[in-house]
Parts: sequence; structure tokens; C-alpha cells
Amino acid sequence: MAAISLRKVIKRYGVGAKANQVIHGVNAEIADREFVVIVGPSGCGKSTLLRMVAGLEEISEGEIAIGGRVVNDIEPSERDIAMVFQNYALYPHMTVFDNMAYGLKISKVPVAEIKARVDKAAGILQLAPYLARKPRELSGGQRQRVAMGRAIVRQPQVFLFDEPLSNLDAKLRAQTRIEIRKLHAELGVTSLFVTHDQVEAMTLAQRMIVMNAGRMEQFATPDEVYARPATTFVASFIGSPPMNLLTGLANGASFTLDGQTVPLPAPAPRNGEFTLGLRPEHVVAGGSGGWPLKVELIEMLGAERLVHGQLGSHAFTLRMDGMLTPPAVGSTVQLQLSAQHLHWFDVATGARVE
Amino acid sequence: MVERRPTLGILAHVILILGVLVVALPVYITFVASTHTAQEVVQRPMPMLPGAHFIENYTAALQGGSHGAGSTAAVGRMMFVSLVSALIITFGKIAISLLSAFAIVYFRFRFRMFFFWAIFVTLMLPVEVRIGPTYKVVSDLGMLNSFAGLTIPLIASATATFLFRQFFLTVPEELVEAARIDGAGPMRFFKDILVPLSATSIAALFVIQFIYGWNQYLWPLLVTTNEDMYPVVYGIKRMIAGGDSQNEWNLVMATAMLAMIPPALVVMLMQKWFVKGLVDTEK
Repeated sequence: MAAISLRKVIKRYGVGAKANQVIHGVNAEIADREFVVIVGPSGCGKSTLLRMVAGLEEISEGEIAIGGRVVNDIEPSERDIAMVFQNYALYPHMTVFDNMAYGLKISKVPVAEIKARVDKAAGILQLAPYLARKPRELSGGQRQRVAMGRAIVRQPQVFLFDEPLSNLDAKLRAQTRIEIRKLHAELGVTSLFVTHDQVEAMTLAQRMIVMNAGRMEQFATPDEVYARPATTFVASFIGSPPMNLLTGLANGASFTLDGQTVPLPAPAPRNGEFTLGLRPEHVVAGGSGGWPLKVELIEMLGAERLVHGQLGSHAFTLRMDGMLTPPAVGSTVQLQLSAQHLHWFDVATGARVE
Repeated sequence: MVERRPTLGILAHVILILGVLVVALPVYITFVASTHTAQEVVQRPMPMLPGAHFIENYTAALQGGSHGAGSTAAVGRMMFVSLVSALIITFGKIAISLLSAFAIVYFRFRFRMFFFWAIFVTLMLPVEVRIGPTYKVVSDLGMLNSFAGLTIPLIASATATFLFRQFFLTVPEELVEAARIDGAGPMRFFKDILVPLSATSIAALFVIQFIYGWNQYLWPLLVTTNEDMYPVVYGIKRMIAGGDSQNEWNLVMATAMLAMIPPALVVMLMQKWFVKGLVDTEK
């Protein structure tokens, strides 16, 4: 078991003036036995970061240490890691058993022990009936489990997952998510899991790293990320529908938005221009003297309704209980804010202001 | 779209049957000629039904020493020479092409593109074009009248290298990475993963290259002067003396039949693999 340290990790492609830097100095300490999810939009560098931990990409600057040992110049096979790939990367000409056993065979583990370890992994993953099959004779979910089995049998210090669930259908994905959590609870191996899916990130992570454009925006527990997003990017990326972000002028207990001044339940950290973040679920429609929202469209999702409208020139989304009578399209409703659910961000940097 | 009109069906079959006849008739006549005595073959009209000297003629051809005006070398030995040469050429080509494609696709070495283009350029230089210098080299190295001389100059193959290169480029990058994480070094990856995955391509190439090797004519003509080292295709030509001399056409035809058997067998036995190798995209 091992902790992972990322110290000012930089990745750039090319050299000299034409170099293209894609990761701009990531610092993170991942504790032993922790399950950390790296989440971000495509192209944010999350897979590159994972591949640098795996040793498949060179580290341009900075250090990565696994279990206290700096691994910058160590071959992937020597880093004591196992990786599950997005398309599983099973060897097509080998049986399930051979796929799982291949790494062990190379490291010259005795045959009896290989068999014992593969059988054990197959038992955990319910793959025992399929050991003699080739990958093409398996369903997507089974292939995914073989890929995990291949990682398990190596008994590594770290598991690396590169979007392993994105090729599964929605139902299987939810099921596999639970299996991965159980597996982590059972084996207690430090895990790094890359995904672009915020639901996966929120449900799997003990702590999550939110990345954007090669920078780490926030590294915290899912609760913290949701309750106190560190930047406007995190605020808009985590949560569905995303947080409403309104830029206006705060002055005491009032907020001026598009020339219209509305009351605030609690004052801003200081007077001046701010981006105010409001989660759709933390705003209530009704009463009087609130913020006027012109209702344009209502989406019924069963348990809840999404009310889309205009607040001045800003689009605004409001989530309400599906049981309540929705406002009429075209009408104007008054929004009531609650004091503990106001998120203030700096307009220029996007950073959270307390 | 499948047409299901009966007239079209009949027409298609007529054309196919005509095609088969055009291809098969010369082979049939060769076979018929190989089962008669030399006198029966040359009389007019030529017999169109198999004769009674099948075993006699084939035994004579295989053992050699007949009384024809041309070469009377034993065809058995020629078949052996052809088989060994064709196999060396085939396996040599496959081995060299696999390795060079492996190097070009998976290694970043200096002058990589230079070597890539150097291989490419050899496509423009088939044996016929470089035959003079190649002969000089082979003769200076003392490889005339040897299997080495018959095979080595024909082994380098740009076509096969490209075929394997194209195939290797379709092997997913993740597979390489998975093998790296599993601790497989380059040659281990090559042996355990790349070669088994290329099995169908190798089989297809085996068929093509075996026939290529077996059918060599011009090159053996130059580098062999000893009857012991004649391949069968060239041997047939040597059995036919020019001018008005009397050839043992029955034995020539028997030899031709014998020469056709190994390539035909290779095609028939490996047809399934051959087709799979050319069309299969399953990874």
C-alpha cells in the first residue's frame, strides 16, 4: 500500500519555443488507501496526469512519488501499479486466464501461485466460468471485469483507472460503480480514477481533484466540492443542472444585476463587483419581494421540475419539487434566496471569496 | 442487392462454366498428355482421354535418366530444390518483414524515416532491374549453385514489410501500454502479442510468398549451372530441347503436373486463412 505525491508536476509536448504545456504544475498528496477521482472536461489533462503516474508519459518537470519512492525514471512495470484502460486493452488472442496471468508469468511467479491468484480474482469478479474464453466471446461488462482482474492479480500498491466505465451502458455503469467501491473497501488499495462524468466522480471519490485546462482547480471531498466550490469553473462543472452564475454589483444587503437592484438575504463579503453563484436547488419560488424570474420553459423529470427562465439578461435555472404546482410559462415568479447558500466569486480570477 | 431473376442466374452460370473450361482445359490436356507414351502424344489428333502410362511416366520423370533430347535430370531432386528454396524465401521474407515493420512502427531511432523510405524505394527495384549487380555480388560471394544463392537475394520484401506495418498501426496503443505495465520488454511484446495477432496476415503472406518463391524462373536460370540445383520450374524448360529434336512431351507434361501440385496444395489448404488474412479486421 502506498501514498502518491505529485509535486509541481508539469507536462509539455515539444521543446523550446514550440513547446505546448498541457499540465501546469499540479501538487497533490494522495493518502495511502485513498480513492481519489480526477474529474474534468475532455482535454483538461486528467488522463495525461494519470498516464504520468503510470509511467506511460514522461514527466517534463516536477516529481511523482509512489510510496515515498520517486518514480520519474522508473519503468511502468517497476512502479508497482496496475492500470485499467478505457477500452480494456485485453490481449485478443489470449484466454481470460492468460490475460490475467500474463504479467505474473513475465515476473516469473510460480505457476501454482499464478493459478491461485487468478482463481481468487476470478472469484471476486465472478469470472470463474469464463476463464477459458477469449475476450471477443465476452460482453462489455465481462471484459471490463477481466481488465480489473488483470489489475487485481498483480497485487499492486496503486490502481489506476482511465475512464473504465465509459464504454458500458448506463445500467451496467451504475452497477460496476458499486462493485468498484466494494472492491476498494475489500482490497484497500490506493486508487486513482479518471473520469469526465461528475456523477461517477461524486459517487466513487473519497476525495476528488477537479481539473480544468491543465490546472488543478480543487482537491477536496465531494461534499466540500459541492458545498464550497473553489472556483467558478468547479461551481459550473459539478452539479446538474449547473450552478447559476450571476455577475453584478454587491452593496451591503443588495445586489445590482443588469441595472436592477434586488435584496440579498446576507451581505456579500465586501462591497464591489462579484459573481454570485446560486444552485438551482437552493432557490425557492414564491412569496413577494424576491428576485423576479420570467419563466420560459419547464422540464418535468419525475421527482423534480426544472424551471428555466430569464433573470434580467441572465439565464437562470431553478429546481423545484415535482409534486408542487409549477408556475405558468410566461409568468414572473419571485425567487427567495437563503443566506447559507450564497457563493461569492472574484470576477477577474473566478476564485471563491469568503 | 441480390438479383433473383432466373435468366440472369442461368447466364451467370454459363459464363462461370465457360471460365472454368478456359482455365481447366489446358490443365486437363497437360494431364492427358502426361499419361501417354511420347509417340502417342505427338500423333494427330492428340488423344483426349487419359492413357495407361500414368505410373510409368511419373516414375520416369521423378527418377530422371530418360532418353529425351533435353535435360534428363531427376524431377524428384528438382522438386526438393524448389520446395526448400520456396520455404526459405517464404520464412525469410516473413521473419525479416515482421522485424523491420516492428522496428519502424514501434521504435523511435535516428534515420527512422530514411530507412522507411529506403525500404520503400526497393519496391521500385525488383530482381529483374538489379539482376546484373546482384549476380555479381552473389557470384563474388561464391553462392552460385547453392541454396543461399537461390534464396537470399529474394528474401528482402518491401511489400510484406508494408503489409505488416499497416497491420501494426491498427494494433491499439493501449495494448502496447498494457504490455508495458505487465512488464513485457520489446521482444517479449513482439513474440507474445504482435506475432500471434499477426497470425492471419502471416498466413496470407505465406501463400503469396510460397507461390512467388516456387515460381522463380529468371533468377535460378542465372545462378544455377548444376543439374542438382535446378528448381522444377526452370527444370521443365531445360527438358525441352530446341529445334526439331524429339522431346519426351509426356515426361515434360508429367513434370508440369508435378510442379503444379505444391502451390495448389498450399492454396487449397490455406485458403481459409488466406482470405481471413486479407479481409479480417477483427482485433
